[in-house]
Amino acid sequence: MKINVTVNGTAYERDVEPRMLLAYFLRESLGLTGTHVGCDTSHCGCCVVLLDGDRAVKSCNMFAVQADGHAITTVEGLEQAGKLHPLQQAFWDQHGLQCGYCTPGMLMTCVAFLKHNPKPSEAEIREGIAGNLCRCTGYQNIVKAVQQAATADEMVAAS
Amino acid sequence: MTSTQKLPERHSIGQAMKRKEDPRFIRGKGRYLDDIVLPHMLYLALVHSPYPHARIKKINKDAAMAVPGVKAVITGEDLVAAKLGWLPTFHGFDNQMVLAIGKALYQYQEVAGVVATSREAAADGAELVEVEYEPLDPVVDPYQAKLDKIILRDDREAKTNHIYHWEVGEREKTDAAIAKSDVSIKQRILSPRCHPAPLEPCGCVSDMNGATGRLTVYMTSQAPHVHRTAFSLVTGIPEDKIHVISPDVGGGFGNKVPVYPGYVVATVASVILGVPVKWVESRTENLTTTGFARDYHMDVEIGATKAGKVTALKVTTTADHGAFDAAADPRKYPAGMFGIVTGSYDFPTAFAEVDAYFTNKAPGGIAYRCSFRVTEASYAIERAMDILAQKLGVDPVQLRRQNFVKKEQFPYPSPLGFVYDSGDYEATTKKALDMIGYDALRKEQAEKRKRGELMGIGVSTFTEIVGAGPGKHFDILGIKMFDSAEIRIHPTGSGIVRAGTRHQGQGHETTWAQIVAEELGLDPQELLVEEGDTDTAPYGLGTYASRSTPVAGGALALAARKIRDKARKIAAHLMEASEDDVEWKDYKFSLKGVPGKSVTMKEVAFAAYTNPAPDTEPGLEATYYYDPPNLTFPNGTYVAVVDVDADTGVVKVRRFLAVDDCGVVINPMIVEGQIHGGLAEGFAIAFMQEIKYDEGGNNLNTDFTEYLIPTAQETPHWETGSTVTPSPHHPIGAKGVGESPNVGSPQAFVNAVIDALSPYGVTHIDMPLTREKVWNAIHGAAPKA
Repeated sequence: MKINVTVNGTAYERDVEPRMLLAYFLRESLGLTGTHVGCDTSHCGCCVVLLDGDRAVKSCNMFAVQADGHAITTVEGLEQAGKLHPLQQAFWDQHGLQCGYCTPGMLMTCVAFLKHNPKPSEAEIREGIAGNLCRCTGYQNIVKAVQQAATADEMVAAS
Repeated sequence: MTSTQKLPERHSIGQAMKRKEDPRFIRGKGRYLDDIVLPHMLYLALVHSPYPHARIKKINKDAAMAVPGVKAVITGEDLVAAKLGWLPTFHGFDNQMVLAIGKALYQYQEVAGVVATSREAAADGAELVEVEYEPLDPVVDPYQAKLDKIILRDDREAKTNHIYHWEVGEREKTDAAIAKSDVSIKQRILSPRCHPAPLEPCGCVSDMNGATGRLTVYMTSQAPHVHRTAFSLVTGIPEDKIHVISPDVGGGFGNKVPVYPGYVVATVASVILGVPVKWVESRTENLTTTGFARDYHMDVEIGATKAGKVTALKVTTTADHGAFDAAADPRKYPAGMFGIVTGSYDFPTAFAEVDAYFTNKAPGGIAYRCSFRVTEASYAIERAMDILAQKLGVDPVQLRRQNFVKKEQFPYPSPLGFVYDSGDYEATTKKALDMIGYDALRKEQAEKRKRGELMGIGVSTFTEIVGAGPGKHFDILGIKMFDSAEIRIHPTGSGIVRAGTRHQGQGHETTWAQIVAEELGLDPQELLVEEGDTDTAPYGLGTYASRSTPVAGGALALAARKIRDKARKIAAHLMEASEDDVEWKDYKFSLKGVPGKSVTMKEVAFAAYTNPAPDTEPGLEATYYYDPPNLTFPNGTYVAVVDVDADTGVVKVRRFLAVDDCGVVINPMIVEGQIHGGLAEGFAIAFMQEIKYDEGGNNLNTDFTEYLIPTAQETPHWETGSTVTPSPHHPIGAKGVGESPNVGSPQAFVNAVIDALSPYGVTHIDMPLTREKVWNAIHGAAPKA
């Protein structure tokens, strides 16, 4: 089936098998391997991308054809003009990642989360990222990273 | 130097330097196994047995071969014909089927492989491989296996399910001491079967180049050199014709140490078909077939005096190894370092034995974020000490302090044969009690008990044993467990550092640079660290068992010191002085007695290539293979505070404090991160993780709906602290830390819950402490009057 999607600002027209998952479309058809697959059952969240700018979706739980006519943002689309997104910077500053496998999905979930809740409490952050699993960090530094990003000038200005 | 002068800051060690590997990960530019795509690459899907024990009568490939895109279907018989049907396990006591031959021995065992032009076509083909099975009665319980009524492994000469007996210590003396002790306890303690489940599953891309005869295997490997040697031994391909590359690894925790059937089948397929073949397992395949951990059933006995001095420890263990003895333990230690079971306590005598059995379950017995069998041992002794405290009616911390190995006893020869390097258990414990406010918590608990509220405080004062290990005792496939480092300093003073380890999130690209920078006075930002490529890295045994810093960390420091020795000659030449007059001080070479006369390592590096001393070899590089003289013994005191809801069985972890002594700390930010992560895994093991089989041998925990990984919501907030007792034998005094939190924490959680339930007379519940088990413990027994 033919689909038209915009990924990280670039428009693509592609022929895909109807059963192709969005995660594999991004990884294998477009070569955007930052989106990871970790569990096959939509539990781990390694595959989270943004749909139309502010909705975090698990791309292993969505067919590529369902993205037809939509805009997708992946982790590769976060850095703008050589400047890291405040969440990317905060994950680095706060040691919010170790093996890095959950990081892209975690970042995308956090981007959407902060758009909807720019001044979250710790409990709200923990609830907000509960759809993303991390085996390395014990979450505490991820929470700290989200707190740092929430207070970054650009984030405050954008909210 | 006068007392007003400030001592120089440590140059690099001890700094909370931000990680050098992060810039690629936060941009989604890590390169993990499944990101690798080679031209003309095919995909492998595996067919699994639905039965835990069944004879394979017939396999029909026709329907699978008819699927468009399917190129090959490979069975166990095909591999036998290619002399690759069986794989030796790491410690060499058993062979493992690559694909089922004659019989399937556990549910989900790999029976056939289908190779096709796409992931989807391979999966379609795998669905259509027709396997005719004759189901056999399974043996699921190791205590049933013991009876030898059904023999699982008819391929083995010995017609028994018993694999080995291992023992250490003095049986008679221990039995006698327990028999005549004032007080004794005996408890069966299960360390349940669980699984490391890194978020990135296992996989490989095998690429046999028919023209050069060279095999390149990209694989999720914690030990690429060992895997290269294993591949060579198994396939007969000369080792120089094998290139193993372990790209970024998305978590390992022990899961990526063994060789799995998928690696072998993908390699065979690449040899047959002449193109690269990728195999990446699903989460279900990961949980049901690759290395499980634990499954130790331990009968623990302690004898003590009325005053609470322990007199003897005896542990008798039944180990469930599954269908093959695939435990990745060193050859001389089939039960790993289980002898650490005396823990932090000065037992006059002790005895431990392990009997291992085959069952119709997945093979494994890997160390899930711990050194070989150390978590099981630590859990057993820390749980048992609490049971003894309960019986004696004394505070569990008091009982521990009374029996600690004292600071002045180090190096301490334990009754089970290890020599503990260093520690100050009393100081670490005191720090933890002060930080958490132990006395106030006990007071609060007493008041709550009066009101019928269930609050518990659990303590673990554990000692680990890591850093395998001294070559005289430890080997894998006969290869001594040394590790290695190679450092090349470039003319302009930057450099490349390679080691035989392979990080999976531990931060070696940062900490290895810090070690070398500290030793050479260079900028850690200008030292590139590379691991995981067997063509370029020096031979090492890999990253697991908290061995990277204790072993490779030593190699790095000593390789750097070799460079410094050579640099001193060049520095002397540059300063036109005798080498004896040159000293390394404040991270540069100075001329003794001539203030202000000095050269930096950068200047020396340039001279090494442009103006070396006349009798000196040009260049500035060194390699060191480090065989550690002893293991290291990280330790800590952990305290958990829980509130239990008697009506629902829900346990709320209110506080958790970890005070760790891992010796000298290279990067406190990374150490703290390791501790947070390990505690989260210990929390999961204590409360939610178990790979269970039903009586029919069906695996009940086959994906993340049934095998639970804690989310940020239920994961507690971690408090941390540290004490530093340097390892006296390690070149930089470090001990390793990655596994301490996982080894030390499960018992703190469990001890806290049992403490909360002690008014009901509860003394033990086996992990995981699910709400159901906690509720049953409360409601199954009437409260004491």
